[in-house]
Amino acid sequence: MSGVGLDPKTAPTFPMAAKAMLGDTQLRKNVRHATDVIQEKRARVVGEMPDWQELREAGRQIRRHTMEYLDFYLEEFEANCTRAGGVVHWARDAEEARGIVVGLVKASGSDQVIKIKSMTTEEIQLNSALEAAGIHPYETDLAELIIQLGEDRPSHIVVPALHKNRQQIREIFQREMKLPELGERPQDLADAARMFLREKFLRVKTAVSGANFLIAETGGVCVVESEGNGRMCLTLPETLITIAGIDKVLPRFQDLEVMLQLLPRSATGERMNPYNSIWTGVDAASSGDGLRDGPRVFHVVLTDNARTEILADEEGRQTLNCIRCGACQNACPVYRQTGGHAYGSVYAGPIGAILTPQLQEMHHAQSLPYASSLCGACYEVCPVKINIPEVLIHLRNKVVKQNTAGVAGLFDVEAGAMKAMAMIFRSERRFRAAQRLGRVAERPLVRRDGQGEGWIGWLPGLLGGWTQARDLEEMPKETFRDWWERRGRDGN
Amino acid sequence: MATDMVTNSRAEVLRRVRAARGGTSDGVAVRAGWDGIAREYRRKGTREREGLLALLEDRLRDYDARVVRAAGEGVGQSVAKRLVERGVRRMVVPVGLPVEWMPVGWLPASAGEVEFVVDEGLSSEELDDVDGVMTGATLAIAETGTFVLQNVAGQGRRAATLVPDYHLCVVRAEDVVETVPEAMGRLQETAGLATTFVSGPSATADIEMTRIKGVHGPRSLDVILIV
Repeated sequence: MSGVGLDPKTAPTFPMAAKAMLGDTQLRKNVRHATDVIQEKRARVVGEMPDWQELREAGRQIRRHTMEYLDFYLEEFEANCTRAGGVVHWARDAEEARGIVVGLVKASGSDQVIKIKSMTTEEIQLNSALEAAGIHPYETDLAELIIQLGEDRPSHIVVPALHKNRQQIREIFQREMKLPELGERPQDLADAARMFLREKFLRVKTAVSGANFLIAETGGVCVVESEGNGRMCLTLPETLITIAGIDKVLPRFQDLEVMLQLLPRSATGERMNPYNSIWTGVDAASSGDGLRDGPRVFHVVLTDNARTEILADEEGRQTLNCIRCGACQNACPVYRQTGGHAYGSVYAGPIGAILTPQLQEMHHAQSLPYASSLCGACYEVCPVKINIPEVLIHLRNKVVKQNTAGVAGLFDVEAGAMKAMAMIFRSERRFRAAQRLGRVAERPLVRRDGQGEGWIGWLPGLLGGWTQARDLEEMPKETFRDWWERRGRDGN
Repeated sequence: MATDMVTNSRAEVLRRVRAARGGTSDGVAVRAGWDGIAREYRRKGTREREGLLALLEDRLRDYDARVVRAAGEGVGQSVAKRLVERGVRRMVVPVGLPVEWMPVGWLPASAGEVEFVVDEGLSSEELDDVDGVMTGATLAIAETGTFVLQNVAGQGRRAATLVPDYHLCVVRAEDVVETVPEAMGRLQETAGLATTFVSGPSATADIEMTRIKGVHGPRSLDVILIV
């Protein structure tokens, strides 16, 4: 039922995928509109906060401190969650995480699950594993439902279906929910989703969620959402399975005072999102009205999946500070042109450009560190001050080192070209010859623009990499050296 | 064998974390490190009581909630008025809701036109069958337009404030704080309880970034502020 996940192992390189996306004017219009709206809202509510920079700094320090002592906080979370009646599982990689979740769902006796939007479950491609085991997952976030019914893939961390407009969503709902008379107003579409899912919320006994934060001090889990679908999944079923990366830990309950100010304002441009749920283990019915509140069985799956690789890299480590607000995506000029799918990963945009290759231990998605203009807009909006441009450059170095290491390095074309360039630059005679050769060779490729300037939009063969993403200006008719010599000869 | 694998995964992930960070964390250093985090942001608000309440009202209205004030004995009357306005016939209330907040002549079975049902463990289907729910709140945050519900007397189970279409929340003025840090400070002692922050009715902006109310949770929200 759900489409094939975005898999960095099989996805085309960013320049190739981006080229195709740039041709989709409807998608670009949808992405531009959505990111404009969120950015405008975000700027307004961030502007209200006189202490925004102090909050960012505290956020950065809390996250850095957590990574510094991650083993301590993971064990503390495990102990407190267990004491409160939760069951904590550990997964080394995606395969193990999938296996644990599938096993737990089967043990719950259900062949259906309701799901809260979770990028971690997308990352480990949980839905196809559930389906392969005969378990049907129902996505309950409106955007994720649109993606699931449309056999599409998410393109944004916070608003996964922002690449679809209302007509496109209506077509999907008409077809999949069998509603030929469905209206076109956003309200009609939301009502259809409400009708479609209400019955599932009341009937399905097992839920799967992600987590925004795991609180070490209390063993509590926090989920931030807007629609109430999250609360439905966390509250009504008998069994709740929460899957979280090991990076989601927060030291103390009090630290939420920083994160709950930074996250909603950065993510959706709201002072606070409609619902934050914080729960700890299973309710022992020892307080309040004595009635049991929420699931009877609660599992947390702590997933590494290459996060410890990132932790081990001193310069790349700050990537783990990310709280998944998506502000960097909205601000990024590259993302705003291509949308999310070009990144070939569920984590798109600037954060995806640094997170995805590292989650792949730098073996896949190597073109992503180059999918950026290094303009710094992502760093400026990041609520926990991740210096994304710095990490991008660090990863570019890693990519080059990996590709020039060993036998492959002997045949590396780029390294060879650089050597040839160095040789040319060392000799005046060779340099002049190269300039002359260049002017002759470029002639058939030069096109005039409206101002009469000459531009090259396509270079052949290996040089083509340069013109894939930019145009090249025509070489000047006369070089500075030629002009200088002519000036001397003419006696001016 | 399965147990072995589970134990091994735990040990392996922790081993990797420690290898990446150069050893096992020491509790004293962890504590000192946390204490050393710079927290230069605002903790306390600066507003006087009236300014504080006005801010809360403004922020709640911005979220499409209706807000009214009521004095001590007028709460029940104000509740009755809201329920008539909203056309509500069946309301669920949690155990322990203050009786003085109920409309005059209220009895557990009915109050004139409106029938009240006390949640003594209603099923999800039964909750789906009532028109609305009425609760108190632990506190409210003026700056963000938020009130906080916990699993305590008068606020009830999470499902009760989620499944019905309409939510009427009664907030005491003395429980209103200005900033998020002030709220977290007050919640610290009961941090283990199921806690829900509510800011306006259920909403989504997933379709062309147009804000739509009432996707899965309550579609409408009224707040009565007791002053």
